[in-house]
Amino acid sequence: MNIENIKKQFPIFNNKVHNNDLVYLDSANSSQKPQVVVDRIYDFYTKEFSNVGRSVHYLAVAATNLYEETRSLMQKYINAKDPNEIVFTKGATEAINLVANTFGQKFLKEGDEIILTELEHHSNYVPWHYLRRSKGIQIKFAEINSEGEISLESIEKLMTSKTKMIAITHLSNVTGAILPIKEITRLAHSKNIPVLIDGCQGAPHLKLDMQEIGCDFYAISCHKMYGPTGLGILYAKKKWLETLPPYQGGGGMISEVKKDGITFGDLPNKYEAGTMATAQVIAFAESIKFLNQIGIENIEKHESELTKYGEEVLRKNNSVKLVGSPKNKGSVLSFTLDGIHAHDIATILDEDGVAIRAGHHCCQILHDKLGLSATARASLGVYNTKDDIDKLNESINKCKKIFNK
Amino acid sequence: MDLKELYQEIILDHGKNPRNLRKTTNFNKDAKGHNPLCGDKVHVYLKLDEDKKVQDISFEGQGCAISMASASIMTDLVKGKEEHEVKEIVKDFLEMIKEKDKLNNKILEENEKTKLMCLSGVKKYPMRVKCATLSWHTLTSAIDNTQQEINSENID
Repeated sequence: MNIENIKKQFPIFNNKVHNNDLVYLDSANSSQKPQVVVDRIYDFYTKEFSNVGRSVHYLAVAATNLYEETRSLMQKYINAKDPNEIVFTKGATEAINLVANTFGQKFLKEGDEIILTELEHHSNYVPWHYLRRSKGIQIKFAEINSEGEISLESIEKLMTSKTKMIAITHLSNVTGAILPIKEITRLAHSKNIPVLIDGCQGAPHLKLDMQEIGCDFYAISCHKMYGPTGLGILYAKKKWLETLPPYQGGGGMISEVKKDGITFGDLPNKYEAGTMATAQVIAFAESIKFLNQIGIENIEKHESELTKYGEEVLRKNNSVKLVGSPKNKGSVLSFTLDGIHAHDIATILDEDGVAIRAGHHCCQILHDKLGLSATARASLGVYNTKDDIDKLNESINKCKKIFNK
Repeated sequence: MDLKELYQEIILDHGKNPRNLRKTTNFNKDAKGHNPLCGDKVHVYLKLDEDKKVQDISFEGQGCAISMASASIMTDLVKGKEEHEVKEIVKDFLEMIKEKDKLNNKILEENEKTKLMCLSGVKKYPMRVKCATLSWHTLTSAIDNTQQEINSENID
Protein backbone atom coordinates (compact mmCIF):
# COMPACT_ATOMS: atom_id res chain seq x y z
CA MET A 1 0.00 0.00 0.00
CA ASN A 2 1.62 3.19 -1.23
CA ILE A 3 0.58 6.10 0.97
CA GLU A 4 2.07 8.69 -1.35
CA ASN A 5 -0.22 7.47 -4.14
CA ILE A 6 -3.18 7.50 -1.80
CA LYS A 7 -2.36 11.00 -0.63
CA LYS A 8 -2.23 12.18 -4.25
CA GLN A 9 -5.90 11.29 -4.55
CA PHE A 10 -6.75 14.02 -2.00
CA PRO A 11 -6.69 17.45 -3.70
CA ILE A 12 -6.51 19.32 -0.37
CA PHE A 13 -2.85 18.36 -0.06
CA ASN A 14 -2.01 20.45 -3.13
CA ASN A 15 -2.63 23.56 -1.06
CA LYS A 16 -0.29 25.25 1.37
CA VAL A 17 -1.25 26.31 4.88
CA HIS A 18 0.72 29.35 6.08
CA ASN A 19 3.21 28.49 3.29
CA ASN A 20 3.71 24.99 4.65
CA ASP A 21 2.64 21.59 3.43
CA LEU A 22 -0.52 20.55 5.20
CA VAL A 23 -0.04 17.97 7.92
CA TYR A 24 -3.64 16.99 8.55
CA LEU A 25 -4.05 15.34 11.92
CA ASP A 26 -7.73 16.05 12.53
CA SER A 27 -9.44 13.14 10.81
CA ALA A 28 -11.32 12.09 13.95
CA ASN A 29 -13.05 15.43 13.60
CA SER A 30 -13.60 15.07 9.86
CA SER A 31 -11.57 13.37 7.17
CA GLN A 32 -10.44 14.93 3.90
CA LYS A 33 -12.16 13.97 0.64
CA PRO A 34 -10.64 12.09 -2.29
CA GLN A 35 -11.04 13.64 -5.75
CA VAL A 36 -13.49 10.92 -6.84
CA VAL A 37 -15.96 12.01 -4.15
CA VAL A 38 -15.62 15.70 -5.01
CA ASP A 39 -16.03 14.90 -8.72
CA ARG A 40 -19.05 12.72 -8.10
CA ILE A 41 -20.90 15.59 -6.41
CA TYR A 42 -20.03 17.91 -9.30
CA ASP A 43 -21.00 15.37 -11.95
CA PHE A 44 -24.27 14.50 -10.28
CA TYR A 45 -25.34 18.14 -10.10
CA THR A 46 -24.12 19.02 -13.58
CA LYS A 47 -25.28 15.95 -15.54
CA GLU A 48 -27.60 13.73 -13.56
CA PHE A 49 -29.51 15.71 -10.99
CA SER A 50 -33.03 14.86 -10.02
CA ASN A 51 -34.89 14.16 -6.82
CA VAL A 52 -35.21 10.49 -6.00
CA GLY A 53 -38.07 8.10 -5.34
CA ARG A 54 -40.85 10.27 -6.70
CA SER A 55 -41.00 11.08 -10.40
CA VAL A 56 -40.98 8.59 -13.27
CA HIS A 57 -38.86 10.57 -15.72
CA TYR A 58 -35.47 9.39 -16.92
CA LEU A 59 -33.33 11.46 -14.54
CA ALA A 60 -35.46 10.56 -11.52
CA VAL A 61 -35.21 6.86 -12.22
CA ALA A 62 -31.44 7.04 -12.75
CA ALA A 63 -30.92 9.09 -9.57
CA THR A 64 -33.10 6.72 -7.56
CA ASN A 65 -31.04 3.76 -8.76
CA LEU A 66 -27.80 5.52 -7.81
CA TYR A 67 -29.18 6.41 -4.39
CA GLU A 68 -30.21 2.82 -3.73
CA GLU A 69 -26.88 1.58 -5.04
CA THR A 70 -25.14 3.36 -2.14
CA ARG A 71 -27.47 1.58 0.24
CA SER A 72 -26.52 -1.80 -1.23
CA LEU A 73 -22.81 -0.93 -1.22
CA MET A 74 -23.05 0.06 2.44
CA GLN A 75 -24.97 -3.09 3.28
CA LYS A 76 -22.13 -5.14 1.84
CA TYR A 77 -19.46 -2.93 3.39
CA ILE A 78 -20.72 -3.56 6.91
CA ASN A 79 -22.17 -7.01 6.15
CA ALA A 80 -25.73 -6.18 7.14
CA LYS A 81 -28.28 -8.87 6.36
CA ASP A 82 -30.63 -6.67 4.36
CA PRO A 83 -30.22 -3.37 2.45
CA ASN A 84 -33.31 -2.08 4.27
CA GLU A 85 -31.32 -2.16 7.48
CA ILE A 86 -29.41 0.86 6.16
CA VAL A 87 -31.13 4.19 6.92
CA PHE A 88 -29.69 7.47 5.65
CA THR A 89 -29.69 10.33 8.14
CA LYS A 90 -28.17 13.79 8.26
CA GLY A 91 -25.37 12.50 10.45
CA ALA A 92 -24.47 10.04 13.17
CA THR A 93 -25.99 12.49 15.65
CA GLU A 94 -29.36 12.20 13.94
CA ALA A 95 -28.96 8.43 13.78
CA ILE A 96 -28.58 8.26 17.57
CA ASN A 97 -31.38 10.78 18.10
CA LEU A 98 -33.59 8.65 15.88
CA VAL A 99 -33.04 5.59 18.05
CA ALA A 100 -33.26 7.41 21.39
CA ASN A 101 -36.44 9.17 20.31
CA THR A 102 -38.32 6.25 18.77
CA PHE A 103 -37.11 3.60 21.20
CA GLY A 104 -37.78 5.95 24.12
CA GLN A 105 -41.27 6.72 22.86
CA LYS A 106 -42.24 3.09 22.48
CA PHE A 107 -40.37 1.24 25.20
CA LEU A 108 -39.11 3.50 28.00
CA LYS A 109 -40.90 4.56 31.15
CA GLU A 110 -39.96 6.21 34.42
CA GLY A 111 -37.32 4.35 36.36
CA ASP A 112 -35.95 2.45 33.35
CA GLU A 113 -32.18 2.53 33.04
CA ILE A 114 -29.77 2.86 30.19
CA ILE A 115 -26.03 2.36 30.34
CA LEU A 116 -23.52 4.65 28.63
CA THR A 117 -19.79 4.97 29.27
CA GLU A 118 -17.62 7.84 30.45
CA LEU A 119 -16.00 7.82 27.01
CA GLU A 120 -19.14 8.89 25.17
CA HIS A 121 -19.20 11.83 22.81
CA HIS A 122 -21.95 14.32 23.63
CA SER A 123 -23.91 12.97 20.67
CA ASN A 124 -24.32 9.68 22.53
CA TYR A 125 -25.33 11.32 25.78
CA VAL A 126 -27.46 14.38 25.05
CA PRO A 127 -30.18 12.44 23.13
CA TRP A 128 -30.55 10.10 26.15
CA HIS A 129 -30.55 13.06 28.51
CA TYR A 130 -33.73 14.27 26.77
CA LEU A 131 -35.36 11.00 27.80
CA ARG A 132 -34.13 11.45 31.33
CA ARG A 133 -35.97 14.76 31.33
CA SER A 134 -39.12 13.74 29.47
CA LYS A 135 -39.55 10.17 30.72
CA GLY A 136 -37.65 10.10 33.98
CA ILE A 137 -35.24 7.35 32.93
CA GLN A 138 -31.91 6.87 34.71
CA ILE A 139 -28.56 7.13 32.94
CA LYS A 140 -25.63 5.14 34.31
CA PHE A 141 -22.06 5.64 33.17
CA ALA A 142 -19.65 2.70 33.00
CA GLU A 143 -16.34 3.93 34.38
CA ILE A 144 -13.00 3.92 32.58
CA ASN A 145 -9.97 2.22 34.08
CA SER A 146 -6.59 3.91 34.49
CA GLU A 147 -5.69 3.15 30.87
CA GLY A 148 -8.78 4.95 29.56
CA GLU A 149 -10.48 1.68 28.60
CA ILE A 150 -13.94 0.27 29.24
CA SER A 151 -13.99 -3.32 30.37
CA LEU A 152 -16.80 -5.79 30.03
CA GLU A 153 -17.00 -5.92 33.82
CA SER A 154 -17.51 -2.17 34.17
CA ILE A 155 -20.68 -2.54 32.12
CA GLU A 156 -21.76 -5.84 33.63
CA LYS A 157 -21.85 -4.44 37.14
CA LEU A 158 -24.28 -1.69 36.11
CA MET A 159 -26.75 -4.06 34.49
CA THR A 160 -30.01 -4.60 36.37
CA SER A 161 -33.47 -5.87 35.52
CA LYS A 162 -34.35 -2.26 34.68
CA THR A 163 -31.62 -1.84 32.03
CA LYS A 164 -33.34 -1.21 28.71
CA MET A 165 -30.45 -0.19 26.45
CA ILE A 166 -26.67 -0.16 26.37
CA ALA A 167 -25.32 2.65 24.17
CA ILE A 168 -21.53 2.75 23.80
CA THR A 169 -18.83 4.02 21.53
CA HIS A 170 -16.88 1.64 19.32
CA LEU A 171 -13.66 3.67 19.53
CA SER A 172 -13.07 6.58 21.90
CA ASN A 173 -12.34 9.84 20.10
CA VAL A 174 -10.11 10.88 23.02
CA THR A 175 -8.26 7.88 24.47
CA GLY A 176 -8.50 5.81 21.29
CA ALA A 177 -9.74 2.82 23.29
CA ILE A 178 -11.45 0.20 21.14
CA LEU A 179 -14.28 -1.31 23.14
CA PRO A 180 -15.01 -5.06 23.20
CA ILE A 181 -18.33 -4.42 21.44
CA LYS A 182 -18.89 -8.03 20.40
CA GLU A 183 -18.50 -9.29 23.95
CA ILE A 184 -20.62 -6.46 25.35
CA THR A 185 -23.34 -7.27 22.82
CA ARG A 186 -23.28 -10.98 23.75
CA LEU A 187 -23.54 -10.10 27.42
CA ALA A 188 -26.37 -7.61 26.84
CA HIS A 189 -28.29 -10.02 24.64
CA SER A 190 -28.06 -12.73 27.28
CA LYS A 191 -30.28 -10.41 29.35
CA ASN A 192 -32.38 -9.30 26.36
CA ILE A 193 -30.93 -5.78 26.38
CA PRO A 194 -30.44 -4.13 22.98
CA VAL A 195 -27.12 -2.47 22.13
CA LEU A 196 -26.41 0.72 20.20
CA ILE A 197 -22.86 1.36 19.03
CA ASP A 198 -21.69 4.88 18.24
CA GLY A 199 -19.49 3.95 15.30
CA CYS A 200 -18.30 7.43 14.34
CA GLN A 201 -14.68 6.59 15.07
CA GLY A 202 -14.96 2.86 14.45
CA ALA A 203 -16.36 2.89 10.94
CA PRO A 204 -13.54 4.85 9.22
CA HIS A 205 -10.79 2.70 10.70
CA LEU A 206 -11.99 -0.80 11.52
CA LYS A 207 -13.44 -3.72 9.60
CA LEU A 208 -17.16 -3.92 10.28
CA ASP A 209 -19.36 -6.98 10.24
CA MET A 210 -22.79 -6.26 11.68
CA GLN A 211 -23.84 -9.89 11.69
CA GLU A 212 -20.72 -10.90 13.57
CA ILE A 213 -20.91 -8.04 16.07
CA GLY A 214 -24.62 -8.70 16.48
CA CYS A 215 -25.46 -5.21 17.75
CA ASP A 216 -28.96 -3.82 17.30
CA PHE A 217 -27.96 -0.34 16.14
CA TYR A 218 -24.73 1.10 14.71
CA ALA A 219 -24.42 4.83 13.95
CA ILE A 220 -22.03 6.05 11.24
CA SER A 221 -20.75 9.48 10.27
CA CYS A 222 -20.01 9.60 6.53
CA HIS A 223 -17.84 12.73 6.59
CA LYS A 224 -15.36 10.91 8.83
CA MET A 225 -15.21 8.13 6.21
CA TYR A 226 -13.80 10.23 3.36
CA GLY A 227 -17.37 11.11 2.39
CA PRO A 228 -19.49 14.27 2.19
CA THR A 229 -20.83 16.22 5.16
CA GLY A 230 -24.53 16.24 5.95
CA LEU A 231 -24.81 12.48 5.79
CA GLY A 232 -24.89 9.71 8.33
CA ILE A 233 -26.07 6.14 8.37
CA LEU A 234 -28.05 4.22 10.91
CA TYR A 235 -27.69 0.50 10.72
CA ALA A 236 -30.54 -1.12 12.62
CA LYS A 237 -31.75 -4.69 12.71
CA LYS A 238 -34.85 -5.03 10.62
CA LYS A 239 -36.96 -6.18 13.55
CA TRP A 240 -36.32 -2.82 15.23
CA LEU A 241 -37.04 -0.72 12.15
CA GLU A 242 -40.28 -2.61 11.72
CA THR A 243 -41.26 -2.28 15.39
CA LEU A 244 -40.22 1.28 16.21
CA PRO A 245 -42.42 4.24 15.21
CA PRO A 246 -41.30 6.67 12.48
CA TYR A 247 -38.97 9.47 13.60
CA GLN A 248 -39.88 12.43 11.41
CA GLY A 249 -43.05 12.86 9.41
CA GLY A 250 -43.26 14.20 5.88
CA GLY A 251 -43.20 13.32 2.23
CA GLY A 252 -41.71 10.06 1.03
CA MET A 253 -42.30 8.14 4.26
CA ILE A 254 -46.01 7.56 3.99
CA SER A 255 -48.18 4.93 2.41
CA GLU A 256 -51.61 6.53 2.52
CA VAL A 257 -52.65 9.93 3.82
CA LYS A 258 -56.32 10.66 4.60
CA LYS A 259 -57.96 13.42 6.58
CA ASP A 260 -58.67 11.01 9.37
CA GLY A 261 -55.50 8.94 9.38
CA ILE A 262 -52.13 8.07 7.89
CA THR A 263 -50.38 4.81 7.20
CA PHE A 264 -46.62 4.80 6.93
CA GLY A 265 -44.47 3.50 4.14
CA ASP A 266 -42.29 0.41 4.14
CA LEU A 267 -38.59 0.31 4.88
CA PRO A 268 -36.37 2.09 4.20
CA ASN A 269 -38.72 4.99 3.32
CA LYS A 270 -40.34 4.96 6.76
CA TYR A 271 -37.28 6.66 8.24
CA GLU A 272 -36.32 8.90 5.31
CA ALA A 273 -38.86 11.73 5.40
CA GLY A 274 -38.47 14.63 3.02
CA THR A 275 -35.84 15.12 0.34
CA MET A 276 -32.67 13.49 1.57
CA ALA A 277 -29.05 14.54 1.05
CA THR A 278 -29.23 13.02 -2.41
CA ALA A 279 -25.93 14.19 -3.89
CA GLN A 280 -24.09 13.25 -0.71
CA VAL A 281 -25.58 9.75 -0.67
CA ILE A 282 -24.66 9.21 -4.31
CA ALA A 283 -21.14 10.58 -3.80
CA PHE A 284 -20.67 8.44 -0.71
CA ALA A 285 -20.70 5.39 -2.98
CA GLU A 286 -17.31 6.64 -4.19
CA SER A 287 -16.01 6.78 -0.60
CA ILE A 288 -16.98 3.15 -0.08
CA LYS A 289 -15.35 2.18 -3.37
CA PHE A 290 -12.24 4.12 -2.36
CA LEU A 291 -12.07 2.24 0.95
CA ASN A 292 -12.71 -1.09 -0.78
CA GLN A 293 -9.98 -0.43 -3.31
CA ILE A 294 -7.38 0.01 -0.57
CA GLY A 295 -8.94 -2.64 1.64
CA ILE A 296 -10.00 -1.91 5.19
CA GLU A 297 -7.58 -4.57 6.50
CA ASN A 298 -4.71 -2.63 4.92
CA ILE A 299 -6.00 0.62 6.37
CA GLU A 300 -6.25 -0.95 9.83
CA LYS A 301 -2.70 -2.23 9.58
CA HIS A 302 -1.27 1.07 8.34
CA GLU A 303 -3.06 3.16 10.94
CA SER A 304 -2.25 0.78 13.76
CA GLU A 305 1.48 0.95 12.90
CA LEU A 306 1.28 4.70 12.66
CA THR A 307 -0.52 5.00 16.00
CA LYS A 308 2.18 2.88 17.65
CA TYR A 309 4.87 5.01 16.05
CA GLY A 310 3.10 8.16 17.25
CA GLU A 311 2.90 6.80 20.79
CA GLU A 312 6.61 5.95 20.71
CA VAL A 313 7.65 9.36 19.42
CA LEU A 314 5.46 11.32 21.83
CA ARG A 315 6.46 9.17 24.82
CA LYS A 316 10.10 10.01 24.12
CA ASN A 317 9.32 13.71 24.11
CA ASN A 318 9.71 15.08 27.62
CA SER A 319 6.74 16.97 29.00
CA VAL A 320 4.28 15.34 26.58
CA LYS A 321 1.71 13.25 28.40
CA LEU A 322 -0.48 10.92 26.38
CA VAL A 323 -4.10 10.74 27.49
CA GLY A 324 -4.93 7.08 28.03
CA SER A 325 -2.88 4.06 27.10
CA PRO A 326 -5.38 1.42 26.03
CA LYS A 327 -3.97 -1.88 24.84
CA ASN A 328 -6.35 -1.95 21.92
CA LYS A 329 -6.02 1.56 20.53
CA GLY A 330 -7.30 3.25 17.37
CA SER A 331 -5.95 6.19 15.39
CA VAL A 332 -6.10 8.86 18.11
CA LEU A 333 -3.22 10.52 19.98
CA SER A 334 -4.52 12.87 22.66
CA PHE A 335 -1.96 14.62 24.81
CA THR A 336 -1.18 17.42 27.17
CA LEU A 337 1.99 19.43 27.43
CA ASP A 338 3.24 20.55 30.84
CA GLY A 339 2.32 24.19 31.42
CA ILE A 340 1.04 24.84 27.91
CA HIS A 341 -2.69 24.97 27.24
CA ALA A 342 -4.06 22.89 24.38
CA HIS A 343 -5.32 25.95 22.53
CA ASP A 344 -1.90 27.55 22.55
CA ILE A 345 -0.45 24.28 21.24
CA ALA A 346 -3.02 24.17 18.42
CA THR A 347 -2.33 27.76 17.37
CA ILE A 348 1.44 27.26 17.31
CA LEU A 349 1.16 23.95 15.43
CA ASP A 350 -1.17 25.54 12.90
CA GLU A 351 1.53 28.06 11.98
CA ASP A 352 3.57 25.08 10.75
CA GLY A 353 0.62 23.70 8.79
CA VAL A 354 -0.03 21.02 11.41
CA ALA A 355 -3.80 20.76 11.93
CA ILE A 356 -4.89 19.22 15.22
CA ARG A 357 -7.87 19.76 17.51
CA ALA A 358 -7.77 21.26 20.98
CA GLY A 359 -10.49 21.33 23.62
CA HIS A 360 -12.73 18.76 25.21
CA HIS A 361 -13.59 17.08 21.88
CA CYS A 362 -17.27 16.97 22.87
CA CYS A 363 -16.37 14.70 25.78
CA GLN A 364 -16.78 16.83 28.90
CA ILE A 365 -17.70 13.86 31.11
CA LEU A 366 -14.38 12.24 30.28
CA HIS A 367 -12.35 15.43 30.68
CA ASP A 368 -13.95 16.04 34.09
CA LYS A 369 -13.06 12.50 35.10
CA LEU A 370 -9.47 13.01 33.96
CA GLY A 371 -9.33 16.40 35.70
CA LEU A 372 -8.39 18.14 32.44
CA SER A 373 -10.14 21.17 30.99
CA ALA A 374 -8.71 20.62 27.54
CA THR A 375 -6.44 18.26 25.64
CA ALA A 376 -4.67 18.44 22.28
CA ARG A 377 -5.54 15.67 19.86
CA ALA A 378 -3.76 14.43 16.76
CA SER A 379 -5.89 11.92 14.88
CA LEU A 380 -4.91 9.86 11.89
CA GLY A 381 -6.33 8.96 8.51
CA VAL A 382 -5.32 6.74 5.63
CA TYR A 383 -3.21 9.55 4.10
CA ASN A 384 -0.94 10.11 7.13
CA THR A 385 2.67 9.01 7.28
CA LYS A 386 5.47 8.73 9.83
CA ASP A 387 6.73 11.98 8.39
CA ASP A 388 3.52 13.67 9.64
CA ILE A 389 4.18 12.34 13.15
CA ASP A 390 7.74 13.66 13.00
CA LYS A 391 6.47 17.09 11.92
CA LEU A 392 3.97 17.03 14.77
CA ASN A 393 6.79 16.32 17.18
CA GLU A 394 8.96 19.10 15.74
CA SER A 395 6.13 21.58 16.14
CA ILE A 396 5.53 20.42 19.71
CA ASN A 397 9.18 21.19 20.36
CA LYS A 398 8.61 24.64 18.92
CA CYS A 399 5.78 25.16 21.46
CA LYS A 400 8.15 24.23 24.24
CA LYS A 401 10.71 26.68 22.91
CA ILE A 402 8.21 29.55 22.70
CA PHE A 403 7.05 28.85 26.24
CA ASN A 404 10.62 28.28 27.47
CA LYS A 405 9.83 24.76 28.58
CA MET B 1 6.22 36.83 12.30
CA ASP B 2 2.67 36.60 13.66
CA LEU B 3 3.30 33.99 16.34
CA LYS B 4 5.86 36.23 18.00
CA GLU B 5 3.34 39.06 17.97
CA LEU B 6 0.81 36.78 19.61
CA TYR B 7 3.07 35.22 22.18
CA GLN B 8 5.04 38.26 23.29
CA GLU B 9 7.19 38.03 26.38
CA ILE B 10 4.69 40.01 28.43
CA ILE B 11 1.85 37.64 27.45
CA LEU B 12 3.91 34.59 28.31
CA ASP B 13 4.87 36.17 31.61
CA HIS B 14 1.30 37.06 32.58
CA GLY B 15 0.09 33.70 31.26
CA LYS B 16 2.56 31.83 33.41
CA ASN B 17 2.32 34.01 36.51
CA PRO B 18 -1.10 35.63 36.38
CA ARG B 19 -1.51 38.64 38.67
CA ASN B 20 -4.51 38.78 40.98
CA LEU B 21 -5.33 35.11 40.47
CA ARG B 22 -7.17 34.69 43.75
CA LYS B 23 -10.54 35.45 45.30
CA THR B 24 -11.08 38.94 46.75
CA THR B 25 -12.29 38.76 50.32
CA ASN B 26 -15.41 40.82 50.88
CA PHE B 27 -16.00 41.35 47.18
CA ASN B 28 -19.25 43.15 46.42
CA LYS B 29 -19.62 42.30 42.75
CA ASP B 30 -18.73 39.22 40.75
CA ALA B 31 -19.56 37.35 37.55
CA LYS B 32 -18.67 34.12 35.80
CA GLY B 33 -17.65 33.57 32.20
CA HIS B 34 -17.40 30.39 30.17
CA ASN B 35 -16.15 29.46 26.73
CA PRO B 36 -18.01 26.23 25.88
CA LEU B 37 -15.81 25.56 22.85
CA CYS B 38 -12.62 25.14 24.80
CA GLY B 39 -13.83 24.79 28.37
CA ASP B 40 -12.15 27.98 29.60
CA LYS B 41 -13.75 29.35 32.74
CA VAL B 42 -13.26 32.63 34.55
CA HIS B 43 -14.75 34.16 37.68
CA VAL B 44 -14.14 37.88 38.25
CA TYR B 45 -14.45 39.43 41.73
CA LEU B 46 -14.69 43.18 42.36
CA LYS B 47 -14.56 45.23 45.50
CA LEU B 48 -15.78 48.76 44.92
CA ASP B 49 -15.43 51.35 47.67
CA GLU B 50 -18.04 53.95 48.62
CA ASP B 51 -16.93 56.23 45.77
CA LYS B 52 -17.37 53.34 43.32
CA LYS B 53 -13.65 53.07 42.90
CA VAL B 54 -12.07 49.61 42.33
CA GLN B 55 -10.43 48.87 45.63
CA ASP B 56 -9.63 45.33 44.60
CA ILE B 57 -10.18 43.10 41.60
CA SER B 58 -9.22 39.48 41.20
CA PHE B 59 -10.09 36.42 39.17
CA GLU B 60 -10.13 32.68 39.35
CA GLY B 61 -10.11 30.36 36.40
CA GLN B 62 -8.17 28.32 33.97
CA GLY B 63 -7.42 28.77 30.34
CA CYS B 64 -4.85 29.26 27.65
CA ALA B 65 -1.95 31.71 27.85
CA ILE B 66 -3.95 34.36 25.99
CA SER B 67 -6.99 34.19 28.27
CA MET B 68 -4.94 34.08 31.46
CA ALA B 69 -2.68 36.94 30.35
CA SER B 70 -5.64 39.02 29.24
CA ALA B 71 -7.41 38.60 32.60
CA SER B 72 -4.18 39.26 34.46
CA ILE B 73 -3.37 42.48 32.58
CA MET B 74 -6.98 43.60 32.85
CA THR B 75 -7.06 43.26 36.64
CA ASP B 76 -3.74 45.10 36.88
CA LEU B 77 -4.94 48.03 34.81
CA VAL B 78 -8.38 48.68 36.25
CA LYS B 79 -7.38 48.61 39.89
CA GLY B 80 -7.87 52.04 41.45
CA LYS B 81 -10.08 53.25 38.58
CA GLU B 82 -13.62 54.45 39.03
CA GLU B 83 -16.45 52.28 37.85
CA HIS B 84 -17.35 54.48 34.87
CA GLU B 85 -13.67 54.59 33.90
CA VAL B 86 -13.46 50.82 34.02
CA LYS B 87 -16.42 50.58 31.67
CA GLU B 88 -14.75 53.01 29.28
CA ILE B 89 -11.51 51.03 29.32
CA VAL B 90 -13.39 47.78 28.67
CA LYS B 91 -15.28 49.34 25.76
CA ASP B 92 -12.08 50.76 24.28
CA PHE B 93 -10.27 47.43 24.63
CA LEU B 94 -13.09 45.44 23.00
CA GLU B 95 -13.26 47.93 20.10
CA MET B 96 -9.50 47.74 19.64
CA ILE B 97 -9.53 43.91 19.61
CA LYS B 98 -12.34 43.93 17.06
CA GLU B 99 -11.42 46.71 14.66
CA LYS B 100 -9.51 49.78 15.83
CA ASP B 101 -5.76 50.19 15.46
CA LYS B 102 -5.20 51.75 18.83
CA LEU B 103 -6.69 52.51 22.22
CA ASN B 104 -8.40 55.89 22.46
CA ASN B 105 -9.28 56.24 26.13
CA LYS B 106 -7.75 59.07 28.12
CA ILE B 107 -7.73 57.13 31.37
CA LEU B 108 -4.78 54.81 30.96
CA GLU B 109 -1.19 56.05 30.89
CA GLU B 110 0.80 55.50 27.68
CA ASN B 111 2.87 52.70 29.22
CA GLU B 112 -0.34 50.99 30.37
CA LYS B 113 -1.75 51.25 26.87
CA THR B 114 1.41 49.74 25.45
CA LYS B 115 1.02 46.83 27.80
CA LEU B 116 -2.59 46.32 26.76
CA MET B 117 -1.71 46.60 23.08
CA CYS B 118 0.43 43.47 23.52
CA LEU B 119 -2.86 41.59 23.27
CA SER B 120 -3.60 43.04 19.82
CA GLY B 121 -1.63 40.21 18.18
CA VAL B 122 -4.72 38.06 18.69
CA LYS B 123 -6.53 40.01 15.95
CA LYS B 124 -4.83 37.87 13.33
CA TYR B 125 -6.25 34.75 14.99
CA PRO B 126 -10.04 35.12 14.78
CA MET B 127 -10.60 31.83 16.61
CA ARG B 128 -8.61 33.11 19.56
CA VAL B 129 -10.18 36.56 19.97
CA LYS B 130 -12.70 35.08 22.41
CA CYS B 131 -9.85 33.85 24.59
CA ALA B 132 -8.76 37.47 25.00
CA THR B 133 -12.20 39.01 25.47
CA LEU B 134 -13.93 36.56 27.83
CA SER B 135 -12.63 38.08 31.08
CA TRP B 136 -13.43 41.61 29.87
CA HIS B 137 -17.04 40.73 29.07
CA THR B 138 -17.20 39.01 32.45
CA LEU B 139 -15.93 42.18 34.15
CA THR B 140 -18.72 44.18 32.47
CA SER B 141 -21.24 41.63 33.66
CA ALA B 142 -19.91 41.93 37.22
CA ILE B 143 -20.16 45.73 37.15
CA ASP B 144 -23.68 45.63 35.71
CA ASN B 145 -24.64 42.95 38.21
CA THR B 146 -26.41 40.96 35.53
CA GLN B 147 -26.13 37.72 37.53
CA GLN B 148 -25.77 35.96 34.21
CA GLU B 149 -22.89 33.75 33.24
CA ILE B 150 -21.13 35.12 30.17
CA ASN B 151 -21.03 32.54 27.39
CA SER B 152 -18.40 33.41 24.79
CA GLU B 153 -20.59 31.90 22.08
CA ASN B 154 -23.28 34.50 22.69
CA ILE B 155 -21.14 37.62 22.54
CA ASP B 156 -19.42 39.44 19.68
